[in-house]
Amino acid sequence: MRTDRLRSVLLVAALGVLAIPFVVPTVWMVAASVKPLAEIFRAPPSLWTDSPTLSAYREAFSFQPFAQQYVNSVYIAVLVTLITLLVSSLAGYAFARIRFPGANALFLVVLTGMLVPSEVTIVPLFQLFTSAGLINTHWPLILVTALAGPGVLATFIMRQFFIALPVELEEAGRLDGLGRPAIWWRICLPLARPALSAVAILTFLASWNLYLEPTVYLTSPELFTLPQALTRFTDSYGGPMWNTQLAAATMTVLPMLVVFVVAQRHFVEGLSHSGLK
Amino acid sequence: MTRTRAAERTTQQATGQVTGLATAQAATGTGRASGPVFWTTRRRDVLTGYLFVLPQLVGVALFVLLPVGMAIWYSLNERNVFTGEQTFVGGDNYAALANDPQLPEVLLATVLFCGGVVVANVTLGLLIAVLLNRRFRGVTVFRTLFFSPVVVSVVAWTLVWGFLLQDNGGINGLLDTVGIDGPNWLQQGDTAMLSVIFTQVVRGVGVNMVLFLAALQSVPRELYEAARIDGANSRTVFARITLPMISPTVLLAVIVTVAGALQSFAQIAVLTGGGPELSTTVLVYYVFQQAFEFNDIGYGSTLALMLLSFVMLLTLLQWQLRRKWVFYED
Repeated sequence: MRTDRLRSVLLVAALGVLAIPFVVPTVWMVAASVKPLAEIFRAPPSLWTDSPTLSAYREAFSFQPFAQQYVNSVYIAVLVTLITLLVSSLAGYAFARIRFPGANALFLVVLTGMLVPSEVTIVPLFQLFTSAGLINTHWPLILVTALAGPGVLATFIMRQFFIALPVELEEAGRLDGLGRPAIWWRICLPLARPALSAVAILTFLASWNLYLEPTVYLTSPELFTLPQALTRFTDSYGGPMWNTQLAAATMTVLPMLVVFVVAQRHFVEGLSHSGLK
Repeated sequence: MTRTRAAERTTQQATGQVTGLATAQAATGTGRASGPVFWTTRRRDVLTGYLFVLPQLVGVALFVLLPVGMAIWYSLNERNVFTGEQTFVGGDNYAALANDPQLPEVLLATVLFCGGVVVANVTLGLLIAVLLNRRFRGVTVFRTLFFSPVVVSVVAWTLVWGFLLQDNGGINGLLDTVGIDGPNWLQQGDTAMLSVIFTQVVRGVGVNMVLFLAALQSVPRELYEAARIDGANSRTVFARITLPMISPTVLLAVIVTVAGALQSFAQIAVLTGGGPELSTTVLVYYVFQQAFEFNDIGYGSTLALMLLSFVMLLTLLQWQLRRKWVFYED
């Protein structure tokens, strides 16, 4: 009995030590963001400050159009998520349920979208969007994210879900005289809520985290998204403005962490799908 | 996979039956005098199928297939940076791969980075999963903590680590209090590589932890009981029962992690910018530099295709293994 107790104490201690690099950066980020700049690199390091200040937060908004950049990231992620939900649930349903000539071949074609990294397609896409006059707009971020990359993964997840859904559920609808679109919309989608929420979380985060794409497509600060904006808090020598950067990072990270803690189960389910890529 | 296939087959059979039934109903039900109806339920169904997959197909064609084709074309051409004029050069860009003095260093950095990430990520993920695979107070709290970096944006996460890894930053500050004079992490080749690997692993290990936890929980209890009756100690049980039982998941995690590491751009760009020198310039970062910093579209595309071939090889390997090891994802 006593060894059991000792064991579990040791276990918790070991896990506590392991957890340090997972937790400390976030705590440190928040702590440093409210310190005066002069204190940030003071030795010995401390999380505490006697003179907390929000000046870094004010500076984040005055140095760049940070509020606008925040809005950009949010609206792009929401729009991408909505388009992906619609496109992937339509395609996933059709690939799982409807028999049409060439379905398997077309599904393989779609799967190539999961195979090709965005870093490979970005050079030609940049040329394409340049000739379409869409550079320095949000369209490339919205379209490519929703229809390729994360969007394709979403279609794959939806297809897997619909394959496992008992077909009997649809038969009732069919006997009631519902057509395919009605069956999809009124019967299958409501049942697909777990898969849809996994897809929504996965897609939202993928869009929220984009870095390479905005760096390549966007040049005006008022169009920037958050990850891109975070790296632009630099002084006239190109050195990082640490506390401003950390304040901006805090504002980017904390809402997501709060949502994660609240809706944890969905997040873990959704994101473990990303491992299937 | 076999289970998925079986499900698919029954689904298709069932759909087929239902469709057949519905077609018959439609044919008799409408019963127009002017001959057979063209828009039978079956035909309408086929049309609906095409319409449903159309947006996704157009997306893949426009944003995946077309760009890959273009990249192949670019790799066979040389583009003048100033005039934008393109000239066909055949295999010149591919020959340049062999003569690029930087490429061996880049590939070495890529191998070190991917290797380091996969070994550390899978080992740590397995360790955490094994420790968390029992009931005790606070187990869910720990699971949340270990998973939480996954939802933090890569750039924000890397920025904070970049801040902590400065010469006068938090890590060295802490080392100083115990009397260790820490290195200037991001300014020396080997410690810079270690730093990039470390931040990448801590951010992503949560996904593997979840995969491993699910695998551990699916190992049949009877096996453990049988081993205990045979008097096996816990180390033997882990080596002889647990590990072989979860080996498909471990292999899957290895491949997925390597593929992810091959595509890590933001971490490198934010933490080290590929430096010092070329020590952390991995292939994906080199592609970006060639194409967008040096505007060498032809050579950049050639490198990008090399990256694509690595990722494709890994994916094909993964699909092969998945087929072999009856893995049902859910």
